[in-house]
Amino acid sequence: MYRNLTIRQKQIVWAWAFLAVPVIFYAVIRFYPTGNAILISFQNWNLLGDRTWAGLENYAKLWNDPVFWRVFKNTFVYLLLGTPISLVLSFIIAYHLDKLRFMHGFLRVLYFLPFMTSAVAMAWVWRWFYQDVPIGLFNNILASFGIPQIKFLQSTTNALPAVLAPAVWAGLGFQVIIFMAGLRAIPASYYEAAKIDGVGWFTVLTQITLPLLRPTIVFIVVFSSIGFLRIFDHVFNMTTNNPGGPLNATKPLVLMIYDTAFNGFDMGYAAAQTVVLFTILLIVSLIQLRLLRSTE
Amino acid sequence: MTDIAPSADTLLIAKPAPRSRNLGQIIRWLLLFIGGVAMVMPIAYMISTSLKWPHEVYNVNLIPKEPTIENYTYVLEDGRFYWWFVNSIIIATITTICNLLFDSLVGYTLCKFRFPGRQIVFIAILSTLMIPTEMLVIPWYLMSQSFGWLDSYWGIMFPGLMTAFGTFLMKQFFESVPDDFIEAARIDGLNELQIWWTVAMPLVKPALAALAIFVFLGNWTAFLWPLIVTNSVDMYTIPVGLSGFGDEADVAWELIMTGAAISTIPTLIVFLIFQRFIIRGVVMAGLKG
Repeated sequence: MYRNLTIRQKQIVWAWAFLAVPVIFYAVIRFYPTGNAILISFQNWNLLGDRTWAGLENYAKLWNDPVFWRVFKNTFVYLLLGTPISLVLSFIIAYHLDKLRFMHGFLRVLYFLPFMTSAVAMAWVWRWFYQDVPIGLFNNILASFGIPQIKFLQSTTNALPAVLAPAVWAGLGFQVIIFMAGLRAIPASYYEAAKIDGVGWFTVLTQITLPLLRPTIVFIVVFSSIGFLRIFDHVFNMTTNNPGGPLNATKPLVLMIYDTAFNGFDMGYAAAQTVVLFTILLIVSLIQLRLLRSTE
Repeated sequence: MTDIAPSADTLLIAKPAPRSRNLGQIIRWLLLFIGGVAMVMPIAYMISTSLKWPHEVYNVNLIPKEPTIENYTYVLEDGRFYWWFVNSIIIATITTICNLLFDSLVGYTLCKFRFPGRQIVFIAILSTLMIPTEMLVIPWYLMSQSFGWLDSYWGIMFPGLMTAFGTFLMKQFFESVPDDFIEAARIDGLNELQIWWTVAMPLVKPALAALAIFVFLGNWTAFLWPLIVTNSVDMYTIPVGLSGFGDEADVAWELIMTGAAISTIPTLIVFLIFQRFIIRGVVMAGLKG
């Protein structure tokens, strides 16, 4: 029967044969759970009892929950501190690294190495750095210069930046590499023309380099924003004795979701939080994609 | 993207001959070198501390006075790290192989076949990129609970067996495979499966390697889902195990650093060996994916 088909019909049969398993996979493992998460967010369920319809109850609870607003603020502080800091740092490094030839590959490896580490392992290393004298490296170094101790993870004001630092550190190498690829793609003739005109380096930077790097910048901003909005591994591991503490000062949305679902077993409430996370990510990516489109 | 979108290859093409080594260049090099050394310090301290005796741990010197592998012997004799390591290797390897096969098969089909429904499948898979994993963990957990997948390799692996990211990366790269090659293979009497495997796949090896690096590293370091789906200590992956190990009351910092080093050193060694190749792969995956 297969033999009687035309070439085009045979192609259709092959295409669907290739896609059969993946289509089932995406339907069952991606689309069904997405719908299910939204459905659960309108229900009350503690895993053991019955699922009961709750309407907008979970969302109302979220709106009136002071912890949620604290977490919401923290999540955006991670984004608004982490994204610009890593963007500026990685651009400065890439900009200067691009102008060097001597041991260029070696320097590049140094900056890229942290990207190959695991967040959990490095969270523990940084956590050790942050301990008080005589344990922590940072405070030991401060002490040897006679500088007063800093409370890093125990302070409600310092804890969030302290948790953010290793996240920025780990992602920097990737951004540097992407920036360098972007810098290399700018045709040398632009710079030669600027040189002939006798334009200073600052004008070259702001009139040639940065405008032509715009697609690269937008890509890095989208990529790192999504990463900081979903921060979890670092926070969880640096505050395991009191996840998200002290006093919820470091708790991001994903940690609140984890806590509500797998420590509190309030599945409906947790699902409502995941829907909020999804909406935030969607809005942030759409805004940034619009920015990308306006460059074309 | 604009016509000067960066590509992976531009990164590795040698730049024109260096300008004269003036003072500015030397200062620039020194500052970048200091910054680079600062970047690797956390890794260096992790390894250094894992080689120190307990009495030396809180000393800030980087080179241990009397290096010892005692911490490694202790941690490995405990047995748990051995299992976590094996679990992580098995899970990351199987997931990587599945991604290489399925992502490239789907990418190839969407790229080279014309059939009704193609556009719908394409957009459907594309749209899953917008769904964060965190939204799916609760339904995945419920699904695992009802099918008895909790606390098993399959339970840890099933969400990541195919990824939309990998599918699009592969689709992009199959665009560069000429249709004439496929047509010629068809005339030679190869079936479509053979064409994909013997004609198209060898032509996209660099992309497959880039995808393999990303998927393996992602699964090796994955934390949230393995943390949720595993219960028994024997089923933990390295990150989940390390997280719990660090939290045990009586565990000393040098042992935590040893555990952290065990989870990090394998990827660092692989990176240092294939460094140029991996950086190139990361750029390719980052820009095209």
